[in-house]
Amino acid sequence: MNSPTLDSAILSLVTFIPLAGALLLLLFPRRDRDIRVFALVVSLLAFVLSLHLPVHYDRAQAGFQFELNQPWISTPHIHYHLGADGISLWLVVLTTFLTPLCVLISWKSIHERVKEFFILLLILETALIGVFVSLDLFLFYFFWEATLIPMALLIGMYGHERRVYAAVKFFLYTMIASVFMLAAILWLYAKTGTFDLLAIESAIRNGQVTGFATAAPWLFLGFFVAFAVKVPLFPVHTWLPDAHVEAPTAGSVLLAGVLLKMGTYGMLRFNLGLFPEQSRQNASWIAVLALIGIIYGALVAMVQPNMKKLIAYSSISHLGFVVLGIFSFTQAGLDGATYVMLAHGVSTGALFMLAGILYERRHTYEISEFGGLATPMPAYATFFLFIVLASVGLPLLNGFIGEFLVLSGAFQARAVWGILGASGVIWSACYLLWMYQRVFFGKVRHSVNESLPDLLAREKAALWPAAAAALIMGVAPLLWLNAIDPAVQSALAPFAQLSKLVGR
Amino acid sequence: MNPADMMQYVPQALDYVRILPEIVLALFGMVVMVLDPLLPEERNQRVLGGIALAGGLAAMVATLITANSPGLAFWDVIQVDAFSSFFHFLVATVAVVVILSSYEYMQVQEIRAGEYYALILFGAVGMSLMSSATELVLIFIALEISSISTYILAGFRRRSAMSSEASLKYFLLGSFATAFFLYGIAMMFGATGSTSIRVISQALRAGNTPVLAYVAVALMFVGLGFKVASAPFHIWTPDVYEGSPAPVVGFMSTAPKAAVFAVLLRIFFQANAPGRLWLIWVSAALSMTLGNVGALVQTNVKRLLAYSSIAHAGYLLVAFAALPANGIPAAMFYTASYAAMNVGAFAVVSHFASRGERYVTLEDYSGLGRRSPLLAATLTIFLLSLIGIPITGGFFAKFYVFSAALQANLTGLVIIGVINSAVGAYYYLRIIVMMYMREPKEDTPLAPVPVALGTALAISVFATLYLGILPNSVLAYAARSAADLLR
Repeated sequence: MNSPTLDSAILSLVTFIPLAGALLLLLFPRRDRDIRVFALVVSLLAFVLSLHLPVHYDRAQAGFQFELNQPWISTPHIHYHLGADGISLWLVVLTTFLTPLCVLISWKSIHERVKEFFILLLILETALIGVFVSLDLFLFYFFWEATLIPMALLIGMYGHERRVYAAVKFFLYTMIASVFMLAAILWLYAKTGTFDLLAIESAIRNGQVTGFATAAPWLFLGFFVAFAVKVPLFPVHTWLPDAHVEAPTAGSVLLAGVLLKMGTYGMLRFNLGLFPEQSRQNASWIAVLALIGIIYGALVAMVQPNMKKLIAYSSISHLGFVVLGIFSFTQAGLDGATYVMLAHGVSTGALFMLAGILYERRHTYEISEFGGLATPMPAYATFFLFIVLASVGLPLLNGFIGEFLVLSGAFQARAVWGILGASGVIWSACYLLWMYQRVFFGKVRHSVNESLPDLLAREKAALWPAAAAALIMGVAPLLWLNAIDPAVQSALAPFAQLSKLVGR
Repeated sequence: MNPADMMQYVPQALDYVRILPEIVLALFGMVVMVLDPLLPEERNQRVLGGIALAGGLAAMVATLITANSPGLAFWDVIQVDAFSSFFHFLVATVAVVVILSSYEYMQVQEIRAGEYYALILFGAVGMSLMSSATELVLIFIALEISSISTYILAGFRRRSAMSSEASLKYFLLGSFATAFFLYGIAMMFGATGSTSIRVISQALRAGNTPVLAYVAVALMFVGLGFKVASAPFHIWTPDVYEGSPAPVVGFMSTAPKAAVFAVLLRIFFQANAPGRLWLIWVSAALSMTLGNVGALVQTNVKRLLAYSSIAHAGYLLVAFAALPANGIPAAMFYTASYAAMNVGAFAVVSHFASRGERYVTLEDYSGLGRRSPLLAATLTIFLLSLIGIPITGGFFAKFYVFSAALQANLTGLVIIGVINSAVGAYYYLRIIVMMYMREPKEDTPLAPVPVALGTALAISVFATLYLGILPNSVLAYAARSAADLLR
């Protein structure tokens, strides 16, 4: 079963099956139902194949597995180098897990240009997976940029009223920021003659890169700016609420669920991996920005009259936890950061799906338009409550584990970070539960809402997996953490040495 | 004079093999001209187009044959090597794609003229000859053959005043520029005593460079800079591109440019022309900046692509400022990928323009993604390549050019280039936004894409993606050609 050929091919398969599906869809006649079914089948196939990764991942061994390293282009030296460690493998599974749910949730809400929609969705999936499995900086940059176009088109073609504005803003923000990363990548290539992440890492560690000492602060910033915009970190977060509010539901799910994690994944992999010293030096202001993000995001979320915008700002707050955890440089902090990435992907993805389900029925996200929905839509209200509690960080659900780990890591690093960060947990309970109360409790205030249909079987099919994942991730975190742990340890290895050198 | 001496003035068989593509193109062109009056008027478009297409394909085959017998021909005025074969093949391919995309265009625009196809072939003769000529006077003649064909082609929408304006403007300014080139040749003769690139190279390498040689290079650059639409000799471009028939713009913005770049490579690198760096530096920086800034405010797609072609001439010139070993292959690769994406973009424009080229403004493109998803997707690929997004030819083209410039320590020029690429992304994306995110103004479905145009688009898409995914083989070939050129 665990043959070496399958092991080395599995990442390529998982990455490119959605793309192959998209190309096949091109040839399909415009029969919307067939297209939807086919997209679902392809995304499920990718999910099932991606399960090979956690099943056959050797947890006793740190470092990258399922590696495939083939020369691709000789000038410049670009290799087709894929691999996954305990962090990226879960992000891949998260992506393949969310995509079929996106297909289900878009079943009826996308009714024109259906073919284009699912083609874009599948191309986006390929690009997202590619980002997480690339071990060649060029390949990484390519997939990174490749996520941009389908996402911008999804927002711009299928979004709401101000979709063009939101799509262009999203595109320009992330495109301009990633130019800095490209510059840093090209500098590294010019000095080392390779795009290979592992080769560059060891060259830096062994001091073989001339002029690295003077350039490193700028290189660190080049990468960091690109990732910070993606996360998004305060104060470069302003594209996010616009993009989310205007995006179609599936776009929001993948945007919040996976796209934002590209930023935090990048920080973990590239900023910490290539520039440990500079990460250490810059940690304090980055942590401050993360804390501002946690608290500011939560406070702004609280006053949003628009449900989708509220969830968008809550993402800024949650992603602040991830950044705080990463730049605490502690085992608990990094474990927690990775766990929050996954948990946030599941629960915020589900929240956006729930918001989308309501929008399909009422064509509004305004919280004031609702009230007392628990009466006409009991099943919907139950799912919503469950996901809200998961997102708030109720123990035994997925949000709790990650936030707890992050905060304990932050305390170890600097107590005041932990205290300020912990306040974010309270804020998130405030805005989410208050929103829940206004939407679901009390009497039905608008008569249109009295006859709203409850969840359809298809919608339940999309929500059940998310809810189940939230629960399992809450009660059995070790299933995930035993793979994350060794990866985090090796990510932190240079910091242990550094601490000895600095004497901390 | 005894017969043995006479023999040396009689061309040998091999001489003719080395200009086989030119002979083939010229013959097919003549056949088109001769048959034109003999055929009934309603049928001749298809037949003549078919003959021209066969001529283009035959030229591609002939290029492959010629490439197998490299060497000098006709008393050393022709040099067949990997370098010349590269450009021969490029010009012939562009001609084929343009003929394919003209087929439908000529019918829709109701232009009945067989000489249209003949002129494309004759133009290709000049362009091919330019890339293998190593004698400045022959280069001049080839340049004239190519230019005169394109002057006439520019005016082919006879009922449109804009097309006549384009033709006349192009002709007057073009002749003026060619005069500069000729003047430069004369100066070079004065400076070195020869018009053969090989002899000039030896003379310039031998001793201290006469001032006259600098003047000669500058004058030649004025003439050639005009032809490739590089700033500050670019003023004619937007008007001419706007007025000319769209497939012709696709042709004249790629094939003659490629040929002139080949000439520039020979003059600058093979002949070792002095004063190259600053001339190129200024022109490249100006072209990139003026081209991109100009394109930002355009509302007509043809004008927008005209400014974009000025900008791309600028990026390409950056390679000329680099060291020959990296610069020549980078420039050649850029020429090829630019030809692929630009000729494809204009093929889409010419189909969409409809009768009388009515739909050419940016507004007209709104909702194209809804009206013709396939056409919109194809144009998107070309535009992404023009921006320089990875896995398209445009990306590696820029990558090789800029990294060649970096290796020559031209950091300033590279920074200008990178900033310009970012600016450029904006106006290309504007077209994509229009196509996909705006509602169509009219709901009438577009005319379906005919087979010929579909083939042209398929070739262009394939070339654009091939150069972006597997650039190795082309780059390796270009590097070999560079070695040939420098030997």
